[in-house]
Amino acid sequence: MKIFLSFVRKEFRHVIRDKRSLIILVGLPVAMMLLFGFALSSEVKNSNIAILDNSRDETTHTLIDRLDQSQYFSVKEILHSEKEIEAIFKKGEVRLVVIFPANFQENLLHIQKAQVRLVGDASDPNTSNIIINYASGVIRSYQDELFGLQKMPYQIELDTRMLYNPQLKSSYNFVPGVMTLILMLLGAMMTSVAIVKEKEMGTMEILLVSPMKPLMVVFSKAVPYLALCFFDVILILIMAVYILDMPIAGSLPLLLAESLLFILTTLSLGLLVSAIVDTQQVAMFISLVGFLMPALIFSGFMFPIENMPIPMQVISNIVPTKWYYSIVRAIMVKGLGFAFVYKQTLILLGMTLLFLGLAVKKFKVRLE
Amino acid sequence: MSGVSIKNITKTYEKGTVLALDNISLEVAPGELFGLIGPDGAGKTTLFRILTTLLIPDKGKATVAGFDVVTDYEDIRKIVGYMPGKFSLYQDLSIEENLNFFATVFKTTFEENYHLIEDIYVQIEPFKKRLAGELSGGMKQKLALCCALIHEPKVLFLDEPTTGVDPVSRKEFWDMLDRLKARGITIVVSTPYMDEASRCDRIALIQKGKILEVNTLEKIIKKNRQPLFAIKAPNRYKLIKDIRAFENTNSCFAFGEDNHVSFKNGSEGMPQLLNYLNEKGYENLSHKEVEPDIEDTFIKLMLETENHD
Repeated sequence: MKIFLSFVRKEFRHVIRDKRSLIILVGLPVAMMLLFGFALSSEVKNSNIAILDNSRDETTHTLIDRLDQSQYFSVKEILHSEKEIEAIFKKGEVRLVVIFPANFQENLLHIQKAQVRLVGDASDPNTSNIIINYASGVIRSYQDELFGLQKMPYQIELDTRMLYNPQLKSSYNFVPGVMTLILMLLGAMMTSVAIVKEKEMGTMEILLVSPMKPLMVVFSKAVPYLALCFFDVILILIMAVYILDMPIAGSLPLLLAESLLFILTTLSLGLLVSAIVDTQQVAMFISLVGFLMPALIFSGFMFPIENMPIPMQVISNIVPTKWYYSIVRAIMVKGLGFAFVYKQTLILLGMTLLFLGLAVKKFKVRLE
Repeated sequence: MSGVSIKNITKTYEKGTVLALDNISLEVAPGELFGLIGPDGAGKTTLFRILTTLLIPDKGKATVAGFDVVTDYEDIRKIVGYMPGKFSLYQDLSIEENLNFFATVFKTTFEENYHLIEDIYVQIEPFKKRLAGELSGGMKQKLALCCALIHEPKVLFLDEPTTGVDPVSRKEFWDMLDRLKARGITIVVSTPYMDEASRCDRIALIQKGKILEVNTLEKIIKKNRQPLFAIKAPNRYKLIKDIRAFENTNSCFAFGEDNHVSFKNGSEGMPQLLNYLNEKGYENLSHKEVEPDIEDTFIKLMLETENHD
């Protein structure tokens, strides 16, 4: 126990005295949360749009005003001919052009049918989809006002509700994602690099030629990182709740316990890497390419797994981040209890034991 | 019972293509200060790593304090102190922090065994808050020795402890080893510096994975004694070339300002060489017979093994 505490103290000193690891440990989660929270938001606010109004009547003017006043759009330019549309998209100044054909109001009032054309810049398909949806929404609500007094003969009303995240806030998506990525990165990379560094520096030689059991050496090295990763989980959760206004819907103790399990998974991955490789560079490379990339692609955080081809869906099952991501979303966003995540929990537990077993098996009590 | 015994140890690297140790046998008596003398790449570090259980020999058997280096590695790790050739402490921890950490790893405390390292520690104590990475070479080695001693080992393995250390610190370091030896600790130390051989009870000369000779320094020199001459002339480089071209020259090496020369026909070679050199037009030649020292002996033994192969 005393040995273990002295390892913890030493490991904290290493981290505190090494600016790089301190930046990774504290700076990275803070930076990622702020970036995703404020800069890289997939919500659309104040998108520039252009208008081509061939009708210029009362109705079109009202509609244009409505679009401009909504928080989603600001009218940047009024176009005068069809030819200008392509030019303005090419300049990249607007994301959407709203086109009113001639005689818009007349058609609307007399044949009760008028067309609006929405032209989006689909070079960024996700954003243009969202924008077109918003624009349709603004136009539809105006239409409802207009016909509100008159009785339509038949009408199907769509009443859409977005469950768990009614405002479609992107933080509900990225906070679990950031937690997954950070833990994967810190747990696997920092642990393996820290242990391999001892091999490179030669200190492992001295630690091996000591009364300590060799396995105890690496375990004692890994445990401080458990604490550091757990600190990051709490840091991210505090930022999520107090800065990004994202409440934790489910049980906090359950969320913390599951996070602890996932940290153990990543630590055992780190131990496995450190048992196999001999240089910090290789350890870093494996962690980035072997763990972080799959974590990005296969956790469902950036790309929906259901849309992937079957082989990739199968592969995604062996990526531990996928399971943790789904656990965090279930607890944090949907507020579900353990009964709904026990399957994922068991899978993570199994993976942890497997990695740990392999790491112990691969571990060398000597230099070769 | 704290001696070291090595029998027919062979070790290869890279799947047997690189021969590091070639059928080596050695005995180190309990309480002895034993030196492994040889140039870089001779196999000293490999031997240390086998004795400290970090490597497994391909062939042969070795014991440290009666424990087998392969099967009883856990016992050996409890009773030896090891100072690797490369400075292997935590550069980002201070002297104090390094010592306390290693004391705990070795299941003891700094205070409990302070008496063991006191002599050495007082020399670095003024800098105890300084990070190990910022220490001078000599201080680093003293700290590393403290760390290797903190658990009162029975056998101490020091791999090139004085490499990269200034002459004064080197002398101090050997003085410390004498004091440790007086405590009864068996010490195996390696060095590439021939002049340090005189500080050891016995030495083994090692070259290219082979032991050339094991004995006390005096006996090794005496046994390999041959007439040796120091020759000096202004144009030194040309002189070496000409001496080596002479038919009866056995060996010729630069030694300080002189060239040390031995002959295939012993002392008779010297007047013959002088004639030969006079014919070549040398002036201001100075020459005298000298007593071979350890370096001369090492070169002689090295050449013999090379010719033998």
